[in-house]
Amino acid sequence: MTWSLLVHALEQGLVFSIMALGVFITFQILNFPDLTVDGSFPLGAAISAKIIFAGGDPFIAVIWAMFGGVLAGGLTAFFHTRLKFTNLLSGILTMTLLYSVNLRIMGKSNIPLLGKVTILEVIQSWFPQLSSDQLTPVLFLFVVFSVKFLLDYFLGTEIGMAIRATGDNEQMIRSLGVDTSGTKIIGLCLSNGLVALSGSLFAQYSGFADVGMGIGTIVSGLASVIIGRSLIRNRGSINWMTVSVIIGSIIYRTTVMVALRYGYRLGFQPGDLKLISVLLVVISLTFPSFRGKIKTIILNNGSNGVENE
Amino acid sequence: MLKLINIHKCFAKGTSHETNALRGIKININEGDFLTVIGSNGAGKSTLLNIIAGTILPDKGRVRINGQDVTNKEEHFRARFIGRVFQDPLMGTAPSMTIEENLALSIKRFGRGLNLGLNKLNREYFRNKLAQLELGLEDMITKKVSLLSGGQRQALTVLMATMFDPKILLLDEHTASLDPEISKKIQSITQDIVQEKRLTTIMVTHNMQEALRYGNRTIMMDRGRIILDVSGAERENITIDYLLKQFSKLRKEDYIEDELVLV
Ligand SMILES: Nc1ncnc2c1ncn2[C@@H]1O[C@H](COP(=O)(O)OP(=O)(O)O)[C@@H](O)[C@H]1O
Ligand SMILES: [Mg+2]
Repeated sequence: MTWSLLVHALEQGLVFSIMALGVFITFQILNFPDLTVDGSFPLGAAISAKIIFAGGDPFIAVIWAMFGGVLAGGLTAFFHTRLKFTNLLSGILTMTLLYSVNLRIMGKSNIPLLGKVTILEVIQSWFPQLSSDQLTPVLFLFVVFSVKFLLDYFLGTEIGMAIRATGDNEQMIRSLGVDTSGTKIIGLCLSNGLVALSGSLFAQYSGFADVGMGIGTIVSGLASVIIGRSLIRNRGSINWMTVSVIIGSIIYRTTVMVALRYGYRLGFQPGDLKLISVLLVVISLTFPSFRGKIKTIILNNGSNGVENE
Repeated sequence: MLKLINIHKCFAKGTSHETNALRGIKININEGDFLTVIGSNGAGKSTLLNIIAGTILPDKGRVRINGQDVTNKEEHFRARFIGRVFQDPLMGTAPSMTIEENLALSIKRFGRGLNLGLNKLNREYFRNKLAQLELGLEDMITKKVSLLSGGQRQALTVLMATMFDPKILLLDEHTASLDPEISKKIQSITQDIVQEKRLTTIMVTHNMQEALRYGNRTIMMDRGRIILDVSGAERENITIDYLLKQFSKLRKEDYIEDELVLV
C-alpha cells in the first residue's frame, strides 16, 4: 500500500464525509430515509462546475451549489409534508428530476475543470510555500471540522433539539409545541445543502463534474454512517456521532480504494466499484454480530470448540 | 375555560369497521376544575382527549379553549395551552436523548430559536425539579431516557407536561401500565404538581376509587356519550358500588338494544 494512495483516500474520505454528515442528519437524526442525495450531490458539482468553467469566483460557486442543495431538500420536504407522499417516494422524485436539472445546468453530460481556477488553486496561491499534497488534506480537514462543529452546535440549539426529537418521537414533540413539518423541512434542507457542498468540493478536487457522478452516493453515505456507528456503539452524544461519521467515511474510502487498486487479484474490475460499496454496506451492517461471532469462536476454542449460545 | 360543543367523531366511515367513537359530546370545564373520566374500553375517552389536544379533528362540533376557538388549530399550536401524559410510558419522552435534553425540550412551547437548549442555569433548575420526585433521577441527568424504567419515564413525562404551566393538563390512564407501587408514586407526584400549580386537569382512569378520590367532578362515558356527570354534594354521596351498578345497567340496556336489533 503506497503513501500516496492513503493520502488520496484521506482526502476523498474527508470530502465525502460532508455528504455523509448530510446522510447522518436525515437517516439517523430525522429518521427520514432521504434518497434526494443521489441527485443533490451532482447538483452541487454541476452548479459549481458551470460557474467555474465560465471563469466565475469559485467561492461564490460553492455558495450557489449549497443553495441549490437546500432547494432540492426543500422540494423533497414539500412533496412529503404538503403533498403527503411517503418519504421514500418524495426523495426518489426529487432525485430523478434532478438528473434532468443537472443536465440542463451543465448543458452537456460532463464539464472538465482542468486548468480552471478552483478554490484549491486560489488557496494554494495564498500558501506558495506548501505543496498541494500538503495543503489539500489540511484544507479539507479544516473545512470538515468547521462543518462538524457548526453542526454539533446547531443540533444543541432549541431548534436543533426539536429536529432530533422529531426523529426520535414525533408524537411527543408535537405535543410539546413543535411543528414537525417545519423541523423536517429544516433537516432536509440542511442535509442536502451539505451534500451539495460535498459535491461542489469533489468536483473541484477531482477536476470535473459528470451527470452520472451521483449514482450510489446514498449507499456510500450510509456505509460511512454505519461503519462509524459500529465504531462508537452506544457512546451516543452528538459530538461523538459526528466524529464517527467522518472516521467512517475515511475508512470506507480507504477500503474502496484499496479494493479497486489491489482487487484485480480477486478478479475485481474498476466497474465493480458500486458492487464493492454495496458489499461494504452489507458487511458493516452485520458487523456487530460478525464481531460477536468471532468472539465466541475464539472463546470456545479455548475450551472445547462447541458453541454454547 | 374548556368548552366542547356537540363533538362527533366517526372512524373508518363507510367501511365495515365504522366506529362512532364520539356522539355529541357537550361539556364545559371551568378554570381550576379537576375532572375525572371513567368508562369501559372503547367508550371514547382517549378519543376525547385527542380531540381536545388536536391530535385528531372532529367531524362535527367545536372546541374552545379560554374563549378561543381552536377547532381547526393544529396540535402543535394547541400545545401552548395543553400538557399531556399518555398511557404508554414510551410515548411521552424521546428515548435516544438524555433526561436533561428531554426536559429542555419541554420548557418552551413555541418560539424556539438558535439559543442552546441546555445551559448551566436550566440544568440546575432541572436537577432541583428531578430531586423533588425522589426517584434518584437528578443523578442520571445525562443518561439516555431509553435506560429508564416505565415509572421513571412516566414521572419525567409528568414533569415535562407541566414544566410550562399549561392551561389544561390531560392525563390518559397515565399510571395504568405501571406496577401498583410505582403507580401510586406517579399518582402522588401528579397530584402534588396539579395542586401546587392549580392546573385545570382532565384525568382518565379505569380505577373507580381514584375517579372519586381525586378531583371535583366525575363523568362516565359509554359508547361515545357522556352518561353521568356529577360534582359537588351529589358527587360526595356517590359510592363505587353506585358506579358499578351504573355500568351493569348499561350492559343490560346494551343487551336489550341488541335483541331489538335482532328482532
Ligand atoms: N385511530 C382510530 N382508528 C379507528 N378506530 C379508532 C381509532 N381510535 C379509536 N378508535 C375506536 O374508537 C373507539 C373509542 O376508542 P378510544 O377513545 O380509544 O376508547 P377508550 O380510550 O375509552 O378505551 C374504539 O372502538 C376504538 O376502536
Ligand atoms: Mg383509552
